[in-house]
Amino acid sequence: MFASKRGLIAAGALLAGAALVLSGCSSSSSLSGSGSGTKTAKTSIVVGSANFSENVVLADIYGQALAKNGFTVTYKLNIGARAAYIPALESGEVNLIPEYSGSILDFLSKTATANSPSDVKSALDAALPKSLKALTPSTAADSDALNVTQAFASANSLTSIADLKNLKTFTLAANPEFQTRPDGIKGLQSVYGLNNIKFKAISDGGGPATLKALLDNTVQVADIYSTTPSILANKLVTLKDPNSLFASQEVVPIVSSSKVNAKLTSVLNKVSAKLTTADLLELNTEVSGDTKTDPAVAAKKWLDDSGLF
Amino acid sequence: MILVQGLLWIFAPEHWTTTALSVGIPDALGAHLALSGWSLLISAIIALPLGLFIGHTGKGRNAAIIVSNIARAVPTLGLLSILLLAIPHVAGIPDGYIADILVFALLAIPPILAGAYSGLEAVDPQTVDAARAIGMTEWQVLLRVEIPLGATLIIGGLRSATLQIIATVTIASLYLQTSLGTFIADGLAQHDYVKMAAGAILVAALALLIDGILAIVQKLVSPRGVSRGETKKKKRFTARGGRAVATIGTPTTEGN
Repeated sequence: MFASKRGLIAAGALLAGAALVLSGCSSSSSLSGSGSGTKTAKTSIVVGSANFSENVVLADIYGQALAKNGFTVTYKLNIGARAAYIPALESGEVNLIPEYSGSILDFLSKTATANSPSDVKSALDAALPKSLKALTPSTAADSDALNVTQAFASANSLTSIADLKNLKTFTLAANPEFQTRPDGIKGLQSVYGLNNIKFKAISDGGGPATLKALLDNTVQVADIYSTTPSILANKLVTLKDPNSLFASQEVVPIVSSSKVNAKLTSVLNKVSAKLTTADLLELNTEVSGDTKTDPAVAAKKWLDDSGLF
Repeated sequence: MILVQGLLWIFAPEHWTTTALSVGIPDALGAHLALSGWSLLISAIIALPLGLFIGHTGKGRNAAIIVSNIARAVPTLGLLSILLLAIPHVAGIPDGYIADILVFALLAIPPILAGAYSGLEAVDPQTVDAARAIGMTEWQVLLRVEIPLGATLIIGGLRSATLQIIATVTIASLYLQTSLGTFIADGLAQHDYVKMAAGAILVAALALLIDGILAIVQKLVSPRGVSRGETKKKKRFTARGGRAVATIGTPTTEGN
């Protein structure tokens, strides 16, 4: 009773918020390459994004790649959270959004248990409404990742999460929900047999306080998302996850079914095939690091360097 | 009802022991008290002497008010986040502990400062003059007259500072530190609202308990005949200074 009431209120608030955001976001910066590309079948497409910089860069990459290939592209970036932009996708206000396979699957299906990339993709195809379609995912992924310092990794010869079993004990830092999430501590215990974990909750989502605790050796292992710039900047070692404890979070374009055609699919597939997790890390470092490069500029640079189009 | 569930959560035995993965109530309580105690100590070391100096000499009162107001306006969580990253790790002290103590001490300085100087200011100037007239040194005036007579307000300042610290120390649990706030921060992240309610109940109960103790202390240190720091308008006085005030302030009948 309590939960459902809260849910209703939350959904109402989100819908209202989405309506506001969408109506306010019509300042479209069309970067369509009017001179280049084929003149025939000039399809218009609205590219949207969630409200964080990595997603904005990805949306810019999709948009600019399509523009170079003769699509008329309009942008509605920084829409908000999933609860705001998925309805916009379904209604056709937005036609294309970069997503993360595991997270969108969790959003669409509360009972989803798929973890490996291929399982997640097929579960996602089944869970998506008819009006939406997931294209081929990229291998680039932004998922939970356990990180250690280089010194700690070499001192204990750690390369994978499974290696943590050899430690007598270690302290792991993550958001508090990691303690109760099925793919948190419980998963580490059941999937990797790690019964030597001490847990330290830090409520900053792998941000600066978590990083500091890791560098101070207050904690030895930290959950920092795989494309966070601080991983590169501090030469952290990301432990491999051979048993796929963390659900695959590959970057995947979600498109309105009505806009899907061979041309669009081929352009976006080329982008997805080229994009790697290391690229994402670099793009994030450019956009949210010290230089604060404009996402559209960073996207253009990546596309130019990729030599795709 | 979530408060009842929170109470039941508190009395569940499994929440009273600390494991590698979660902290028990006694340890959280101990950590909460330790962090509160250190913060109060630091703020008292800074604010009490300063407040007594201002109250005794009357100098720097305006500056103290301005500084107090600025300190009150500082957003505690924001300052904590900045200091946490700015202060390097010191071996032997838990990561972030220094930043926590500084932030909570800053929070407690204004009420202690205000309590100290207004406590001394509330002492009737004629009482102080009388003390000087009988040959007391400035130190004697401060220690034997002003502080005892102003004790109610001085302790009052410490009391509200303590209350604020105990309630606010909870936010240290957003970053690393264990306290009763751990249950609130974790409960929120884990959508475990019963755990959150339990944490809130524990903090409120602790705050009320400590406040009650300090209220008793406040009562005990108040000199007879002095209430709320005011020596005026009292009919019966045993202290010599008090009688002087009473006789001057109110018309009296000869030979009474």
